Amino acid sequence: MAAHQEEEGGIAAGEAKAGVGVVAGARGPTLGAPLVEYLLRLGDDRLILGHRMSEWTGHGPILEEDIATANIALDLIGQASQLLKLAGETEGKGRDENALAYFRDGTQFRNCLLVELPKGDFGDTMVRQFLFDAHSVLLLDELTKCGHAELAAIAAKAIKEDKYHLRHSGEWVVRLGDGTAESHARVQASLDRLWKYTGELFVSDEIDRAVAAAGITIDLAGIKSRWDAIVNDVLARATLTRPADGPMQQGGRRGRHTEHIGHLLATMQSVARAHPGATW
Amino acid sequence: MQTFSRDRLYEILGTVPDPEVPVISVVELGIVRDASQRDDGTVDVTITPTYSGCPAMFEIERDVVAALTAAGAPRVEVKTVLSPAWTTDWIPEPAREKLRKYGIAPPGPANDGGLVALVRAKPPVQCPWCGSRNTTLKSEFGSTACKAIHVCNDCSQPFDEFKAI
Repeated sequence: MAAHQEEEGGIAAGEAKAGVGVVAGARGPTLGAPLVEYLLRLGDDRLILGHRMSEWTGHGPILEEDIATANIALDLIGQASQLLKLAGETEGKGRDENALAYFRDGTQFRNCLLVELPKGDFGDTMVRQFLFDAHSVLLLDELTKCGHAELAAIAAKAIKEDKYHLRHSGEWVVRLGDGTAESHARVQASLDRLWKYTGELFVSDEIDRAVAAAGITIDLAGIKSRWDAIVNDVLARATLTRPADGPMQQGGRRGRHTEHIGHLLATMQSVARAHPGATW
Repeated sequence: MQTFSRDRLYEILGTVPDPEVPVISVVELGIVRDASQRDDGTVDVTITPTYSGCPAMFEIERDVVAALTAAGAPRVEVKTVLSPAWTTDWIPEPAREKLRKYGIAPPGPANDGGLVALVRAKPPVQCPWCGSRNTTLKSEFGSTACKAIHVCNDCSQPFDEFKAI
């Protein structure tokens, strides 16, 4: 995967550190740049994964899954909309969720690399979704208890949806892994291919540390051990082999993406950019 | 200036059907969280979405404004809140009966037994058509975000279930 060079608009570690500081605003004590970055990471993960899921609409392998993938996409994009709205309000520069979704370029997106990879076949999609859902449920559970009231409210809403998503994707991993020789071999290959993108879900950096001042302290090590337990349980039931942890791919959190993000955004943003300000 | 008591506002809002499940109102569904009138006559309504991506929220807001305006409210302001997160436990029993008659199995208790429930532990859902419990879940995702699809093994009818969240 060729990662893009960091361009203007991408945040550098120094800049992020410089932005740390508690400012008392109308919304109570909030952080400046690091909190915006943090919310963009959460929102962009769900926006980009939601878009990838929406690519199955009309193309699902069976009608029920066509409907399920569309519903999951809708949930994720709804969650993204709330997170990006909060990011825009926190930033205070007049950008709403639509401006953030449709008028940023690739290097300004903060999603992890896992969610932007092409949807692949249905097995690829379900393995990716499972790896993400297991992390998301655990992270959202932590966020419901965080000291940032608005973020906690978004998380409390989203976790109800993600529990359904996790059960759905987990069941499919078991069904395909413990299915036919063909389905087993294909989802094992999906898992082997995607594994190197899971490490980024657990990377903690200066942004994570800085948002502690806004009451957001997430026990990432605790999430990792619980994530391992969920993944090991489902993979065992699916008769799949957990890949060894090798070098992990990362960069999305700082705007260094795979080549796939540009193609995705070209589709996702084309209507909004062709007709800026259009409403219906 | 026309004044509205809280009860009267809820009565008016009780005539606004949910756009996706029109057999029950937005009040019965628990979407309306508060309604009050200011001294200057403005009516404030607080609503909450069922699901994060519920596409009916804009329509609900429009319908709420239209109903109250038709009843004589000079101005209506609708605010959306996320907390406390909507739960199907807010749907009262009479509304559940309306859902059943409409062919939608009402939601069970929202407590689904933990954070990670990889296997749906709930008993089979009762068929709203024939009352049989010999039913099979076909998909936890249905025609709208809030519904799952089941099929009855006795009367052979497919039916929706209002998902408990």
